[in-house]
Amino acid sequence: MGHPHTKLRLYFPYKTARIYISQFTRFERRTAFSSSDFQKFLPLRRKTMKEIHVSEITDTVARLCIEACYNVGDDVKALLEKAKRQEASPHGKNILDQLLENLRIAHELKLPICQDTGMAVVFLEIGQDVHIVGGDLYEAVHEGVRRGYREGYLRKSVLSPITRVNTGDNTPAIIHTEIVPGDKVKITVVPKGFGSENMSQLKMLKPSDGLEGIKGFILQTVIDAGGNPCPPIIVGVGIGGTMEKAAYMAKKALLRPAGQHSPDSLVAQLEEEMLQAINNTGIGPQGLGGTVTALAVHIETYPTHIAGLPVAVNIQCHAARHKEALL
Amino acid sequence: METKKIFHAPVIHEELNSLKAGDTVYLRGSIITARDAAHKRIYQLLQEGKPLPIELKDQVIYYAGPCPARPGLIIGSCGPTTSSRMDVYTPLLLEHGLKAMIGKGPRSARVIESMVKYGAVYLAAVGGAGALIASCIKKVEVVAFEDLGPEAIYRMEVEDMPLLVAIDARGNNLYEIGPRQFARI
Repeated sequence: MGHPHTKLRLYFPYKTARIYISQFTRFERRTAFSSSDFQKFLPLRRKTMKEIHVSEITDTVARLCIEACYNVGDDVKALLEKAKRQEASPHGKNILDQLLENLRIAHELKLPICQDTGMAVVFLEIGQDVHIVGGDLYEAVHEGVRRGYREGYLRKSVLSPITRVNTGDNTPAIIHTEIVPGDKVKITVVPKGFGSENMSQLKMLKPSDGLEGIKGFILQTVIDAGGNPCPPIIVGVGIGGTMEKAAYMAKKALLRPAGQHSPDSLVAQLEEEMLQAINNTGIGPQGLGGTVTALAVHIETYPTHIAGLPVAVNIQCHAARHKEALL
Repeated sequence: METKKIFHAPVIHEELNSLKAGDTVYLRGSIITARDAAHKRIYQLLQEGKPLPIELKDQVIYYAGPCPARPGLIIGSCGPTTSSRMDVYTPLLLEHGLKAMIGKGPRSARVIESMVKYGAVYLAAVGGAGALIASCIKKVEVVAFEDLGPEAIYRMEVEDMPLLVAIDARGNNLYEIGPRQFARI
C-alpha cells in the first residue's frame, strides 16, 4: 500500500514551467522555488521522478524501531534452536532455553526482548531517482527514532559522551546513507546494544600479517570479549578498505540474514572456518562454558592499499535485531 | 530431579555460604539496581565519607537499567548489563557490606579477591532475557538518583528469578571453569 504522500509527479518541460511559475507573486516565486528547483524543470524531455515525503520516512523508522526491539527475526530464532540442539553444556542448554522462552514472552507481552534497546543505527539506501520532499531527511529519521522509542516504551540510552547527560529521547540516531540505482528507498533500523558494541575492535594490520593475522585478530577479539557481549554472538567482520570503511563493512555485515554466507566462495570458506574456531574456544553461552559461542560469522571485504590491511570486528549479541522496509 | 534452590535477598549468611559456582538458584526478596552512573555516585559518596541514599549491608545489587513500563505493567524489559564495567567500583562497595551482585559476564581478579575477603557471591542472569526476567519482578520503586532515568536506583521485589552462581564466596569462578571444560584448542 502506498503512503498518501507518495506520488509520481510529472516534471514540466521548461516552457510549461515558465507559465506555471508566472502564476505566483514575485515573493512566492522567491520562496517557493530555489535555484535547484529550476534546474529540475530544465530537461526538455518529459521525465518522472518518484517523490517520498519525509513524514513517510518518520512513520517507517518509528515502526521499525518498535518491531525490531520486540521481535527477533526467524533467522536468529532458527539458529538459537539449532544451537540448543548442538550445545554440549547443560548450563549452556539451559541458557539457550531461557533465551527462546524470553523471545516467546517478549512477543506475548509486547516487551522488548532485551532492555538494552540500543542506539538506533539507521541505514538508508536511497534510489538516485527518488526525490525526498517535505523537509530535512535526517531530521525525519531522528523524529522517527524519537517517536518509536517513546511509543514503544523502549529505553532511552543515548547521552553526551562528555557530560554523560541523557538526551532523553534516544536521539540522535546513527545514520548511514548510500545512493543506489532505482527509485526506491530502503530503510533498515538496527537497534545496537552496547554490551556487544563495547567488545568490538579495529586494527590496522600489516600486509605481512596476511590471512593468518586476520584470523588471529578475529579470534583474539572474540576471546577478549569472552562472556561480556552475551554470547552466542554474531560476528561482523570488515576486511580491507580504509579504517572507517572496515568498520562500516563490519557493521553492515550484521545486516545479512543470520548465517547467510558471503557470495564469494573464498570469503564464505573463511566465515565457516572462523565460526568453527570461535566455537572451539569453549566460551559458550553467556561465557559460562559450552560449544556454541557464535551463531554466525559474516565477513565483508573491499580492496585496500598496498601498505595496509585494516580489519574491523563488530560483535553482535544473540538479540540480533534489524528490520527493514522498502518505500 | 533436584529441588529448586531458593536464595533470599537481603542475604542470609548461611544460605550465601552454601552456594557453589555452578549452582542454579531462584532469587526471592528485595534487591536494588545500580549500573554505571549510580555506581560512580555511590563510590564518590563512600570516598567522601558521606551518607548513602541506600543501605549496602547484606544487600543484593542487580546491574540493570530497565525499559519504561507500558501501561498495565509495572516494568519493561529488565535484563542484566555487563558487570565488568562496575569492577572498578565494586571492591569499595563490598568493603561496605554488599553481599551479592547480579549481572552478566566475567569479573576482574581484584573483584574476586574482594569477594573472597568479604564473603560475597556473584550471580549470573541471562543477558538478553529481559522480558523473562521482567516477569519475575513483582514490585518496583525508584529509591535514589531519579535524575539518572534508566540508570536510577530502583528497589525491586523479585520472585524466583532464575540465576546461576558464577563466582562463589570462595572464589570458584565458572567463567574460568566452564570454558576450560569445553575448549577444543
